Amino acid sequence: MHKRKYLMIFLENIPIFLCLAIFLIFSILTPKFLSIGNLLDILTAVAYVGILAVGMTFVIITGGIDLSVGSVVYLSSLIPALLIRDSALSVPIALIICLLVGAAIGAINAFFIVKMKMIPFLVTLCTMVGSRGLAIFLCNSQVVKFPREITNLSIGKIMGIPLPIIFLAVVVAIAFFIQEKTPIGRQIYAIGNNIEVARKAGINTERVAAFAYIICGIFAALGGIMSVFQMGGVINASAGEGAEFQAIAAVVLGGASLSGGIGSVFPGTLLGAIIIKLLNVGLIYLGTDMYFQNIISALIILLAVFIDSLKTSYIYKLGRKNIRIEEQK
Amino acid sequence: MANIALEINDISKSFFGVYVITDISFKLEKGNILGLIGENGAGKSTLVNIVGGIHQVDKGNMKLFGKLYAPKTPRDALEKHISFVHQELNLFPNLSIADNIFIEKYPGGSVIKHSEMKKRTSEMLKWVDLDISPSTLIEKLSPGQRQLVEIVKCMRINPDIIIFDEPTTSLASKETERLFKLIKKLKSEGKTIIYISHILTDIKKITDDLVVLMDGKITDSGKTDDFSINRMIKSMLGRDIMGRKYPDKINKSDEEVVLKVENLSEPGIIRNINFELHKGEILGLFGLMGSGRTELTRVLFGIDPYKEGNIYIHGKKENKLSPEKSIKNKIGFVTENRNEEGLLLEGNVAENISLVSLPNYSSKILKFINTNKQKESINEIIERLKIKIGSTEKQLVRSLSGGNQQKIVIAKWLMNKPSIFFIDEPTRGIDVGVKYELYCILNKLADSGASILVVSSEIEELVGICDRILIMSKGEISSEFKNREFDNEMILTAAFKQKSML
Repeated sequence: MHKRKYLMIFLENIPIFLCLAIFLIFSILTPKFLSIGNLLDILTAVAYVGILAVGMTFVIITGGIDLSVGSVVYLSSLIPALLIRDSALSVPIALIICLLVGAAIGAINAFFIVKMKMIPFLVTLCTMVGSRGLAIFLCNSQVVKFPREITNLSIGKIMGIPLPIIFLAVVVAIAFFIQEKTPIGRQIYAIGNNIEVARKAGINTERVAAFAYIICGIFAALGGIMSVFQMGGVINASAGEGAEFQAIAAVVLGGASLSGGIGSVFPGTLLGAIIIKLLNVGLIYLGTDMYFQNIISALIILLAVFIDSLKTSYIYKLGRKNIRIEEQK
Repeated sequence: MANIALEINDISKSFFGVYVITDISFKLEKGNILGLIGENGAGKSTLVNIVGGIHQVDKGNMKLFGKLYAPKTPRDALEKHISFVHQELNLFPNLSIADNIFIEKYPGGSVIKHSEMKKRTSEMLKWVDLDISPSTLIEKLSPGQRQLVEIVKCMRINPDIIIFDEPTTSLASKETERLFKLIKKLKSEGKTIIYISHILTDIKKITDDLVVLMDGKITDSGKTDDFSINRMIKSMLGRDIMGRKYPDKINKSDEEVVLKVENLSEPGIIRNINFELHKGEILGLFGLMGSGRTELTRVLFGIDPYKEGNIYIHGKKENKLSPEKSIKNKIGFVTENRNEEGLLLEGNVAENISLVSLPNYSSKILKFINTNKQKESINEIIERLKIKIGSTEKQLVRSLSGGNQQKIVIAKWLMNKPSIFFIDEPTRGIDVGVKYELYCILNKLADSGASILVVSSEIEELVGICDRILIMSKGEISSEFKNREFDNEMILTAAFKQKSML
């Protein structure tokens, strides 16, 4: 009985254990890893993946997936950059347009998934290829740059904390508020658990699912433009590539279930994003080969998904016993 | 004139061209408890699903307190203060009690007022004597507690009419007593209640009025006080059409034991199961929902594991079962839910029929499929089972009627020439005419020496076709009836009594 209890505690808190384990391992292997400066650097690096992953969390809790976030990063930064270059658009409006582009692609995803009842994987695969294609068409696959005076805005610090970390904190706080304190946030969990039951309970399931995809698009745009600014405002054709993998991985590492209904932005997804970046940075410190880093990251993520599937079947087994006969003592 | 809460006028509803209920009319008096009974598939759930806005009528109308009532969605029904406690629990196990109660409409509009939500939830939980925190997750609750939460949830909208669809299937007897007390309390508060149940003694105990459905029509109705249990059973079964529904038995059960089960247990699922299946026998397995009947067949076929006990197939002890091994042992398994577990709906007829027996038609070494031989067998079996289809290659299984789909599932297993056949709910969702044909098929199969285990929740069906019937209750086999000893009333009474006494 005790064994089962400990196992449950472990299964329910995998992200924390995993994060601590990785942190400890790297701290022992490379003493420099523990310095404050380095930790801030890691957190700054977390901001980009973290913000994308926060949006992705909403979609994954509904039981869906969004592969288009990487392309959203590219397209939503590129359009305002082009507008500033060609028609001297003001900065606030450019930022609003950036978010609108993200929302629009989210809305397109939502339309096909919710209204046309198409599979999220395929719909977002199409928008992933399509929006990257559109972006390359718009800029003739040339590098576009934001003016330096704009990008300088983003490298400041408030009370010694780099701006990206503050952005990340704000985004996580907003998302946490939505998930915990608003009806639509709670309803996302309901439709992810069982959409038929949700419908019977009187929930407007279409509106709730659409909300998740749109907010995912908006956060992808936000995270994207932030990372572009960090890189000095340069947007080339590889912007956002592979971001969907990192974002999905962060959500899953954070304890969300790809079958829907389970997950949280805080601490879950935030920890997931930290784990990914700890791995990245730690492996660099160790002087590991670039390609080897990818292999290790992939293996760790595979391991996390494996544990998730163990957890799901274990919980299913418990549930199965719950609905049947009571055991005689 | 008494105050009428709900009036139902000539309602009909069909699914895919088959009428599930036809010309139903009745009136529901405010503050009364109406019992709705009938066999599985009689149309009870469809009827209340229409009232609850889940299905829409084809014909007829409803009036709610004298006003026309035509709900399009469950939300419409909720807005008209009609609440539904479903047969299967409709809760989100990943969310808290409070979330489940308020999921559709939280207190406080766009930002949830947690304190108010918790306070209201606590009050409602107190009303049903449930002393747990509102933030407890549903997955941590027992079935009985979940049922209470379900009832609390339906109270949120302050309903005028509450529908209970088989609320006691997952409850222990003490919890059932508690539920009845609650229902009486609701009645005393002036709520109108529709109560569906298989358990006739409960119906007798709790309802004021009664409507009996059979094959989608009302066969009897009136004050519950005027009904004996016998009259209920007779009206449910329609005594006069008995006898013609089933073919004469031609199979003879042999002494030889083909399947022997000894002390089979899996904690929480089945307990101490013992029985023998003889050559050429049709053995019935009856049980109410949640009794473990389907679970037992899944264990026997090797889909689910078991902890203790022995299984002998053709006298040989089997240690590790798996579906693959069972197929090699010539065991067939027609599952309860053909759409999800029995058919490739998007596949054509030939693909579905040849699925199990494919390896039998492949050459020895290179495993190429001998398509001519296979086609011959497919055509032969289609003829034998009288499956009505256009083309074996072009017709998708999705487009067939329920009866023909079920025949295809059976054909799939027959192609492998089974000596043992498990068949779970052989006639669910199938018309009477095709049912007769299916019974003939099972009869002939047993006559040719196969042994058949038929699982069903329709007692009449088992009485009509079986040599012996086992009754399962709460994961155990509780009694056994031999051929000629049984009479459906006797078994029904036994099964119902059993359940209500527990």
